[in-house]
Amino acid sequence: MTQWTQICALTDIAPDTGVCALHQGEQVALFRLGQTEQVFAIGNYDPIGRANVLSRGIVGSIGERYVVASPLYKQHFDLATGECLEDDAVTVKAYPVRIAAGQVELAQGAALSV
Amino acid sequence: MSKKRVVVVGNGMVGHNFINTLATSEHSSEFDIITFSEEPRLAYDRVQLSKYFSGSSAEDLALTTESDYQSQGVIYTLNDKVVEINAHEKTVTTASGRKEGYDKLVLATGSYPFVPPIPGKDQPHCLVYRTIEDLEAISAAAKVSKTGVVVGGGLLGLEAANALKAAGLETHVVEFAPRLMAVQLDESGGKLLRRKIESLGVQVHTEKNTKEIVAGEECRYRMNFVDGTFLETDMILFSAGIRPQDELARQFNLEIGERGGIVINDYCQTSADDIYAIGECALWDNKIYGLVAPGYAMAKVTAGHIVSQLVTHEPATSAFQGADMSTKLKLLGVEVASIGDAHGRTAGSHSYVFSDDVTEVYKRLVVSEDGKKLLGAVLVGDSEAYGTLLQLMLNDMDIPGNPAALILPAMDGQEAVGLGVSSLPDTAQICSCFDVSKGDISEAVQGGCCTMGDIKSATQASTGCGGCTALVKQVMDAELEALGVEVNTDICEHFAYTRVELADIVRVQEYTTFQQVLEGHGKGHGCEICKPALGSILASFNNEYILKDEHIGLQDTNDIFLGNMQKDGTYSIVPRIAAGEITPEKLIVLGEIGRDYDLYTKITGGQRIDLFGAQLHQLPEIWKKLVDAGFETGHAYGKSLRTVKSCVGSTWCRYGLLDSVSMAVALEDRYKGLRSPHKIKFGVSGCTRECAEAQSKDIGVIATEKGWNLYVCGNGGMRPRHADLFATELDDETLVRYIDRVLMFYIRTADRLQRTSVWLENLEGGLDYLKQVVIDDKLAIADELENGMTKVVGTYQCEWKTTIESPEKMKRFQHYINADAADDNLLYVRERGQRRPATDVERIELVDLNSGK
Ligand code: SRM
Ligand SMILES: Cc1cc2nc3c(=O)[nH]c(=O)nc-3n(C[C@H](O)[C@H](O)[C@H](O)COP(=O)(O)OP(=O)(O)OC[C@H]3O[C@@H](n4cnc5c(N)ncnc54)[C@H](O)[C@@H]3O)c2cc1C
Ligand code: SF4
Ligand code: FES
Repeated sequence: MTQWTQICALTDIAPDTGVCALHQGEQVALFRLGQTEQVFAIGNYDPIGRANVLSRGIVGSIGERYVVASPLYKQHFDLATGECLEDDAVTVKAYPVRIAAGQVELAQGAALSV
Repeated sequence: MSKKRVVVVGNGMVGHNFINTLATSEHSSEFDIITFSEEPRLAYDRVQLSKYFSGSSAEDLALTTESDYQSQGVIYTLNDKVVEINAHEKTVTTASGRKEGYDKLVLATGSYPFVPPIPGKDQPHCLVYRTIEDLEAISAAAKVSKTGVVVGGGLLGLEAANALKAAGLETHVVEFAPRLMAVQLDESGGKLLRRKIESLGVQVHTEKNTKEIVAGEECRYRMNFVDGTFLETDMILFSAGIRPQDELARQFNLEIGERGGIVINDYCQTSADDIYAIGECALWDNKIYGLVAPGYAMAKVTAGHIVSQLVTHEPATSAFQGADMSTKLKLLGVEVASIGDAHGRTAGSHSYVFSDDVTEVYKRLVVSEDGKKLLGAVLVGDSEAYGTLLQLMLNDMDIPGNPAALILPAMDGQEAVGLGVSSLPDTAQICSCFDVSKGDISEAVQGGCCTMGDIKSATQASTGCGGCTALVKQVMDAELEALGVEVNTDICEHFAYTRVELADIVRVQEYTTFQQVLEGHGKGHGCEICKPALGSILASFNNEYILKDEHIGLQDTNDIFLGNMQKDGTYSIVPRIAAGEITPEKLIVLGEIGRDYDLYTKITGGQRIDLFGAQLHQLPEIWKKLVDAGFETGHAYGKSLRTVKSCVGSTWCRYGLLDSVSMAVALEDRYKGLRSPHKIKFGVSGCTRECAEAQSKDIGVIATEKGWNLYVCGNGGMRPRHADLFATELDDETLVRYIDRVLMFYIRTADRLQRTSVWLENLEGGLDYLKQVVIDDKLAIADELENGMTKVVGTYQCEWKTTIESPEKMKRFQHYINADAADDNLLYVRERGQRRPATDVERIELVDLNSGK
């Protein structure tokens, strides 16, 4: 059975923004959509800008996909899958994440493979 | 069969146009084309020559390249003048001794500037304005001159004056005739043009006949006039008209007109059948055409005639029938246009005149005796109607309704009378430079063109003098509309509005959050385009704390942490140092912080100090120290007021006329925190020496003996633009009032990320309109604009102060939400005593070192 690690309270993430979590030695960017309980988790490292910054990008949508725009050079990453919309060859990890009792939790073990 | 040889003497605009026509025609393989140029380069755009002063290079102006000619098989020789024609042997010989045989010879030798025979005219800084080399000489002379005179107040002379003015010289125009542009304008039009040009600081002297040029006392030269007066200047530009370059034809007995020019017939043939003359050297029906479009028409006729004689042996299909000499220009920012019979010389013609002394507009229409046809027009100050009027005349259309309506300004609620482009016949010539008809443009649109760029490359329309641009766009838009194509100006997929429309919506609906706007007018969840744009609009009108929960997600990368993100994800810190004035105590505080946090420290180009390399978790601590020491945020991250650059001014400087530092501090204090479509920069100088470079700023203020001069919409950066003089000799209060209005009007009506310079260039009506809105309050919104500004000024808060006082907000300033550690990906090396991010190569070495330990 999946084990979950508590990261922070949902309310620690301002609506439509991200934060960065340290999880199993990796930097994970967590995003919260508006005032909702919908939360996404992808790697914090921007492979194009080559810095740990994705959690500080602007959250939005393109068509039906939820995305974050990298704060450095504005490429979009799909929040659900980690895919870069501008460059097929680039992907960041996507992590399983859930809300339990108002807390944001990340799964222990391997990252989602996409 | 051997190829026919066509030799073209002169590779100017028209010579090149001829070559291009022949080389791209279906018969091109029948010809060897050989051309000689006296200039060191192939043809370039002489019409746009003045752009050389605003940064266009010789390459930008080039009409072709050597490799283009090579691939077209055109044989060219540069820097070699043709000095001999032998019409019997059919050869030409050049100065370097080269001889070429021809089947057909085309003279396209253009013209040369006329320099009146004034004693002293041949001195070093007495120049003309025709070639790129001339411009280089002018630039060099301008650098060592303070004052410049242009001799000649015609079209070209005023363009030359513009160039001198732009080079920062005190500029004079000396004209022999009693008015400017005597050929194109009537008396009242010329008078108004003069008034306008003088108000821009160019001094005009009419009815002056120069007797001699001698050494000056204050300046390099003194021009003595026949009437006993004189003028001192450091350089002189002659622009007293052009003369056809007919030297060759004269020597070899071709027929020449009484006042010069190579006589040609309707097929552009000279008195020798196999020799043609085209462009400015040619005299047709006793007329020399000093414009490029007629030259191009001649080139077309000549190419057709040569093909018909040498290849198809059928009669030529086209003949030269004269050309229209209407012109429209923007001189020193003043709109001027002249159409057809501007002086009303046609027998029985009537005139309609509209003259408005307040807005300085003069318009005259010349119509036929029966009032049905337009014969000519003069427009000064407002040439919007040029396209419409020109089309009416060229197509011999009946004037719709009362002719007066064509020049009367639109009254409230009533559309200005125009001529729908739909009423033009398909044959109507829209671009005269390249002979592009309405039908050609429609065809291009049907073939898939949907932007001006597309149209330009498909038809060449509007790539010459540019006078037809507005009309080309109208035709394109009308055609697109007819095809049912919508021109999309939406800001992004979430809002079907422009930034200006969104700003109106927010203002009128009194929205305070992005969510309200999205629910009312948008779809989806927003993106990095519409969110910051609306964030900025909301802030401009409501000025709430930008990190409030409902606004935080809207802020651009830099605003969201109130610092500029650097390449490695750390931030820079730029406290406000208003006007660049700082006490030693405060300097020490900055020094201590820089030292204690090991921040890379640099003086910026904006007269303040930037501390680089602070990590997220360090920002609040550092800012707390800064706020305690009396610093405020410098908004280096915001699309908002950046800096007000100052010079030391009258308090210390021996030349200072007013206290520029105090004014700069006051202005920076007033507008700090104002969110706008793009960043805004000011400069305030204490005198005309302009040490604060105010004329390169969005708002520039320069002290004079009688008050402040206000300049608007300058820009440094990627596309520099000199600011325009907006108002003069203002007192402190009026100055601030005008700035309030200009800025608020900009905020309301500019596009997203549009600096004031681009905004003004796109503002319909331009500077004059902006003056009407701000100074004359034409739209009756001045109070509202001022109130908007008062509200922003009254609700200012230092965002950093508010942030460090809120424990809730401080939480966001840590790298991890669930750990105290710092980002482990940051690596630095030391250079000149400070640290900087390691480069990729250095990173590999550094990481190896660390792991090897
Ligand atoms: C620090 C500084 C360079 C320096 O070391 O001197 C600088 C640094 C940056 N400039 Fe600049 N500009 C700086 C003075 C200027 C100036 C000179 C001036 O203001 O007198 C100009 C030309 C003047 C003008 O803007 O008209 C200038 C024209 C630009 C432009 C081009 C704007 C344009 O209209 O073409 C950009 C890009 C933009 O804004 O889109 C830019 C953007 C930037 C950014 C914000 C790029 C970025 O997003 O990372 C740089 C980051 C600043 C930081 O991290 O703190 N910077 N930049 C100067 C800060 C001045 C200050 O105290 O605030
Ligand atoms: C600053 C400026 C602004 C202008 N603005 C406009 C405008 O807005 N609209 C407009 O319609 N027109 C404008 N004109 C006029 C326009 O540039 C001319 O009408 C056009 O260049 C004429 O072309 P051309 O080929 O006849 O002559 P040119 O372009 O002068 O070319 C003639 C060429 O022949 C060369 N040549 C001469 N004799 C010999 C020889 N014996 N052997 C070899 N080479 C020789 C010359 O060196 C020159 O390179 C402007 C001109 C100037 C200078
Ligand atoms: S602009 Fe004038 S007042 Fe200001 S420092 Fe320069 S010389 Fe002095
Ligand atoms: S009329 Fe000159 S570019 Fe079209």
